[in-house]
Amino acid sequence: MTEPAAQAFLEEFERDPGRLDWLAPERRAAIEIYRKLGLPNPRQESWKYTDVRLLTRRRFRAASLAPAAAASAAASGHGYGSEDCHEIVFVNGRLSAGNEALPAPSGARIRSLAEAAGTEPARVTEQLGRHAADDGRAFVALNTALMSDGAVIDIAPGTDSQKPLHLLHHCAPGNAPAAVYTRNLVTVGANARATLIETYTGVAGSEYFMNTVTEIELGPGAALEYYRVQQESLAAFHVGSLAVRQERASRFHSFSIDLGGLLVRNDVDVRLAAGGADARLDGLYIAVDRQHVDNHTRIDHEQPQTRSVENYRGILDGRARAVFNGKVVVHKNAQKTDAQQSNANLLLSSNAEVDTKPELEIYADDVKCGHGATVGRLDEDMLFYLRTRAIPEATARNLLTFAFADEIIRPMPCRMVRDRLEHSVARTLPGAAVIGEFMQ
Amino acid sequence: MLSIKNLHVSVEGREILKGINLEVRAGEVHAIMGPNGSGKSTLANVLAGRDGYTVTRGAILYRGRNLLELPPEVRACEGVFLAFQYPVEIPGVNNVYLLKAALNAIRRYRGLEELDAVDFLALVRGRMQTLKMSEDLMSRSVNEGFSGGEKKRNEIFQMAVLEPSLALLDETDSGLDIDALRIVAEGVNSLRSGERAIVVVTHYQRLLNYIVPDRVHVLSGGRILRSGGPDLALELEKRGYDWVKEAAAA
Ligand SMILES: Nc1ncnc2c1ncn2[C@@H]1O[C@H](COP(=O)(O)OP(=O)(O)O)[C@@H](O)[C@H]1O
Ligand SMILES: [Mg+2]
Repeated sequence: MTEPAAQAFLEEFERDPGRLDWLAPERRAAIEIYRKLGLPNPRQESWKYTDVRLLTRRRFRAASLAPAAAASAAASGHGYGSEDCHEIVFVNGRLSAGNEALPAPSGARIRSLAEAAGTEPARVTEQLGRHAADDGRAFVALNTALMSDGAVIDIAPGTDSQKPLHLLHHCAPGNAPAAVYTRNLVTVGANARATLIETYTGVAGSEYFMNTVTEIELGPGAALEYYRVQQESLAAFHVGSLAVRQERASRFHSFSIDLGGLLVRNDVDVRLAAGGADARLDGLYIAVDRQHVDNHTRIDHEQPQTRSVENYRGILDGRARAVFNGKVVVHKNAQKTDAQQSNANLLLSSNAEVDTKPELEIYADDVKCGHGATVGRLDEDMLFYLRTRAIPEATARNLLTFAFADEIIRPMPCRMVRDRLEHSVARTLPGAAVIGEFMQ
Repeated sequence: MLSIKNLHVSVEGREILKGINLEVRAGEVHAIMGPNGSGKSTLANVLAGRDGYTVTRGAILYRGRNLLELPPEVRACEGVFLAFQYPVEIPGVNNVYLLKAALNAIRRYRGLEELDAVDFLALVRGRMQTLKMSEDLMSRSVNEGFSGGEKKRNEIFQMAVLEPSLALLDETDSGLDIDALRIVAEGVNSLRSGERAIVVVTHYQRLLNYIVPDRVHVLSGGRILRSGGPDLALELEKRGYDWVKEAAAA
């Protein structure tokens, strides 16, 4: 642990050891883990293609405590409004002013982590780090050590939440590069159904480091639809971990969308811990210019008759770079596992680059596993077909590019997210105006 | 309308079309028949402007203009339409939105006002009825999950909406059962007019019972070996293609 950059994060801890007092032992333990691990480096297999030195060259300081009212107002511009969802806004990693009275949907308890750490520390420590293991995960350890706030959500058994919950994380750093650490803890009780949306945004062009961890537990028969929409500033660093543990016959369907950020790394871990558990992971990443986005997923089929379907798509332009690593582990007794994975990438420029790698570890013998990865350009037959229908070549290209992305967005059951994302995606891609003609 | 003169076309250095001559006037329906691999689709693709074909000799004039110098989308705007032998599935691109964009692109090109949603829908509904298309196919992506017959019908439906001047139908009949064949033929016949030319590519005579051509051409080995009236199709049905080849060789 000699790297000065890694050292900077330790100093950060020393400077402000006082936050979330109740969790001091956990935080102290985490910083010790971090001290041992240091920051990831390209010699580690899972960080081979993603170099965080760029991140460590900045001296990120924890964001100032009180988010300005103006920032809070700006943040809510990214919200969906209380008509359509239960919305909680975090600015610079802290519960936003005006959000003190958290929405309380029936059958669900929502409070901020800062509050829960004081009033019900047992609830927090019970789940904290249980699934998002710190060991081997420097950024998770760092998050545990430095976390400032987040949401603690408990959905009671049997609840059928109609309205989605929306956690909006907004960064509005001042002039100095700021670091934000948020932690969300979620449980969905037996046979409950819910929709959870997490949006990550920031002031356009601003530089900050968002380190976020979300831990989710699904009880028997529970169903969670989870949307993670990452639209950080194009100068931001975003490192996110999602850890999910699923009980018997539970269903987890996630949509992970990455449009923003300069350097993005997502780690998703799903444990299918009981029979009948079903996970579906859909993902879309679009990177342009010099954006770098790395998705590492791991699905553990721990018990028989579990199922996973994973479908990630990426579009890369300019000198952008993407990494996809999809690991599926079928444990020894997990017979009748069904695991399907696909990762398709579209390269719009010859300078863009993708490293995609499926990783199957299968220790059971009666399983159905499939995977496919493609890196390609637009289909010439489709292009020609559209052109014979009077569509100019450039429009045809833009349209097919959008359609490729829309195959992830369009099936989203949550309409408000879908509609907004379709427009965001169209704006991110070339030729937004012409694509509009083909949308509704 | 269309004048093809001594057209030679190569694909990857191999000559596929070896001197095609063809004159199609407005108001006429021509059938091009021939065995598999004779170059029928190659001809249709060259007319529509697909990349990868090299015209080594000859010329194609369409309404007096050099067709070969126009990109596919401009040909479409000029009124050329190709109904594909193998219509392409385009996931994520809605059937109706594509058709609306296509129609309006053509109208803009011709200096006409774009159709608004109401007029467009009225037009589309009418054509759908002619071709007995189910509404459900309209809300889907282009050809995605369509059966073989539905894809072919969709091609003719698009043609009926876009009202081309020169329609090229590449084996539209293959994969159609007899009812679908009749519906498709009806759709094509409804477009027959004095201002329009239709070139029907097929290798069965069957379709020509319903779309009666003015001229029939036998394409084999990249050459038109024989041309004649509708009777030629009947003769081919009875005797196959070999006698044409033999007669041409003699
Ligand atoms: N894109 C292509 N690349 C290579 N060969 C081709 C291509 N298109 C056509 N050909 C060849 O040209 C010949 C004629 O094909 P085609 O025009 O499809 O015939 P038809 O439609 O009459 O069955 C065949 O030998 C075919 O293999
Ligand atoms: Mg053919």
